[in-house]
Amino acid sequence: MDGLQYLENFLQSLVAGLLMGSMYGLMCVGLTIIFGVMRVINFAQGEFMMLGMYFTYFCFAWFGTWAFFDGVWFPFMLALLAGPAMFLLGVLIHRLLINAVTGRQASQLEAGGHYAQLVLTLGIALVLQNGGLFIFGSNPVSVSNELSYSAWEWGPMVGDRVSVFVNQAQTISAILALFVVIGFGQLMGRTRLGKSLRAAADNPDAATYMGINVDRAHRVAFGFGVAITAIGGGLLASNVSFQPYIGTEYVIIMYAGVVLGGLGSVRGAFLGGLTIGVLQQVSAIILPNQLQNTVIFVCFLIIILLRPQGFFGRRERIA
Amino acid sequence: MTMMDTLKSLTGVKRDFLHIGLFAGVYLLLALFISNSYYQLIMTIVAVWAVMGLSWNLLSGYSGLISFGHAAFFGLGAYLVALCLSVWNLSPWFTIVLATLACGLSGLLVGLPTFRLRGHYFALAMLAYPLALLYIFEWVGYQEVALPMEREAPALYMQFDNPVWHTLLALVLLVLALGISSLVANNRFGMSLLAIKLDEDAAEAAGINTLYWKLAAITVSAAIAGAAGGFYAVVLLVVTPLAVFGMLVSAQALIFAMFGGVGTLWGPVLGAFILVPLSEILYARYAADFPGIQGVVYGVAIIAVILFAPQGILWKVRALLKPDQFRILGSTASVADFGAREELLVVPPEEDETPVLAVSGLAKAFGGLQATNDLNFSVRHGELLGIIGPNGAGKTTLFNLLNGFIRPDAGEIVFRGKHLHKQRPNQRCAAGMARTFQVPKPFTHLSVLDNVVIGAYVHTRSKEEASEHASAAIHLVGLHDECHLPAANLTNKQLRLMELARALASKPTLILVDEILAGLDPDAMQEMLAVLRKVRGLGITIIIIEHSMQAMVQLVDRFVVLDHGALLAEGSPDRIVRNPDVIEAYLGKNWLDNEARDGEDAGHD
Repeated sequence: MDGLQYLENFLQSLVAGLLMGSMYGLMCVGLTIIFGVMRVINFAQGEFMMLGMYFTYFCFAWFGTWAFFDGVWFPFMLALLAGPAMFLLGVLIHRLLINAVTGRQASQLEAGGHYAQLVLTLGIALVLQNGGLFIFGSNPVSVSNELSYSAWEWGPMVGDRVSVFVNQAQTISAILALFVVIGFGQLMGRTRLGKSLRAAADNPDAATYMGINVDRAHRVAFGFGVAITAIGGGLLASNVSFQPYIGTEYVIIMYAGVVLGGLGSVRGAFLGGLTIGVLQQVSAIILPNQLQNTVIFVCFLIIILLRPQGFFGRRERIA
Repeated sequence: MTMMDTLKSLTGVKRDFLHIGLFAGVYLLLALFISNSYYQLIMTIVAVWAVMGLSWNLLSGYSGLISFGHAAFFGLGAYLVALCLSVWNLSPWFTIVLATLACGLSGLLVGLPTFRLRGHYFALAMLAYPLALLYIFEWVGYQEVALPMEREAPALYMQFDNPVWHTLLALVLLVLALGISSLVANNRFGMSLLAIKLDEDAAEAAGINTLYWKLAAITVSAAIAGAAGGFYAVVLLVVTPLAVFGMLVSAQALIFAMFGGVGTLWGPVLGAFILVPLSEILYARYAADFPGIQGVVYGVAIIAVILFAPQGILWKVRALLKPDQFRILGSTASVADFGAREELLVVPPEEDETPVLAVSGLAKAFGGLQATNDLNFSVRHGELLGIIGPNGAGKTTLFNLLNGFIRPDAGEIVFRGKHLHKQRPNQRCAAGMARTFQVPKPFTHLSVLDNVVIGAYVHTRSKEEASEHASAAIHLVGLHDECHLPAANLTNKQLRLMELARALASKPTLILVDEILAGLDPDAMQEMLAVLRKVRGLGITIIIIEHSMQAMVQLVDRFVVLDHGALLAEGSPDRIVRNPDVIEAYLGKNWLDNEARDGEDAGHD
């Protein structure tokens, strides 16, 4: 292999990394909203991603054959639809379970409820992934369509010797992910709802005195967090195959991205996820495929040990 | 004395060992009575998981640092035993011991970097270890390692015709794990871990080498997990990465301990004994239709525990039996047995004229805020120095710099002739510098006596010796009638007295006292001043931060006045209250007038 071949491999991995990383970034944003507003480490976030994937998969399987819906765009639309659907599930789970150990209830628990929250969301993760095994089966599936196998060619460059192929499904997913992140950023920055969420995050007590319903703000934030990660999962579903246990490895990817960007920072989380995507794809040039995830876990450990406040955000910034 | 009385009079380790013996006897009888090989297997597996629960509990239950990664040690133990047997034909009798030692070492290696983190960061970081190992073992090609059948001398390889032998070996492991847990819990090891769980900063300031005890805990815990993993491989005869490094392994260890009763000796055992058979039976019946049923059972169990009994079944039962009693960890012993030997706390006078503490050029900035700015002062032996200054003058930052919670950007601290550079707070405490906190940091779930005993560990060898010192300190501050109460039940004044006693118990040369009068009514304030004078009477040097000038003028020998992190003035009380700079920056113009009027009033009486 000569130098140009390496260049081509590198560019190819870089592009794939940026595209996959955009989806990881979106999922990271979902995770960081929950932490930013509620100070809760949600361990079940990977399972919500998994549910977003299966939502897209089953809707595609059920409705995709109808003539009216036939089209390459349909899976991507479904991925976006996973958002509202999972928002409702998130609100429900918050109301029934999470609310008992967060917000005002947390102050009566040991260590501000942190351990109760971690362990409770671990329990939710176990129920969802194993319940998923029962409902969805253990065979890996994917929402592949013709775009998943199509690519645009970028190049040839450098005297016709270097060409980079850009997967079309990945590109569309990445663009949609970017739109969702920007849209959410606008929602947080510009609307009354966004302001109340930020106020509830900044100082729950003061927000309560100012007439903001902090419990409701938490519920909405949890719903948003779940929904955004589920959309990320739905978009990812067109690009990878998955089974009900996929959440565990992705929760680490998400935490790696979120910690890299500084827990609680939306922009940091997206950049963190993007970085992790690039790292994962580029490491595949020199390392065997099976070790891709090990690379991420080791990076995660290094980041969290050296700089737990992250690289892109200030310490514990607010969503 | 009847049999029951004898049992009740036993305390700590002896009572635990008796219970463990009784438990082992019953389990042994049950194991010998059952002949169905499936039930025998369940009895073996239950015991293995109880050991895993105890392993997790020893680190996370006692120290409060939640580990999501105990599968790393379990898996390493399992693979070590499986690979040694299949590759080199080494007997598990030997390799399980090896796995115990190797996993203990791996625990130490994991702990060294990971204990830089606390709280949820620690929990998340621990999760990454087993998952990284899982993929590495898959990549190396150990997707499935089967233990070869040894037909020549099966017993030599822990392969028995009758599975009851496995149950017995599992019971031996369980008894060992219970014994170790009991020894740890009833020792300063366990007390130190409890202190870390309840307030790590307070533990460190009270002279507990928190890093050392955490490393010790993870080493012992990982060793136990490694033994369990190694034995598990022998029982199941096949090892796969997902089965030993998977998320469910770490989760099970955590769930059994939390379900049964976190931080208790029998909680993890109870959790395993309820949940393992339940999930095994359901799995045997419904696995064909519902392959993930075990995970669902564990998930539901832990959700239910968090919602309805956050500390686990044992604590819940206890709360139901004794509803009016606060949850108290550690012992409920009284000081009555240990006397009030004040002489234990006396600091002999120094002939030497060198100051106890000398600070020069000390500086610390937080971002743009210069909290401490080129500070110089020193304290003589036996002196009572008051530090005053407006809010935000850098008083508490100074204490944090002195006792090592934060590192200065520049400057030197010389304490008893030694430069303090990188010493951690516990080392400074051992060197003779104790402190109290502006917002009291009690170990809420421990009795007053245990709170103070923890302070005494730093210079004592045995629990008796520590208790004697603690008892002397408790008598000195006058809390002997409250010694058995949990710290959470104390009033503000009592909390502050207890913190002072905890500081005294470490036999300090110097005590840093941070706003100990805050929120006290005038009578309580006079009481506190009397105690402080008593402490000083022992020959202990005191630096005190306080806002109440009236009280301070009565108490201190000399003032250091801080403003914006820098030294504004220093000198005797009567000079400081007339210093124009101090009046402008802190006291206000009315202060002298009020003082003068008070003085006249007193004169008229």
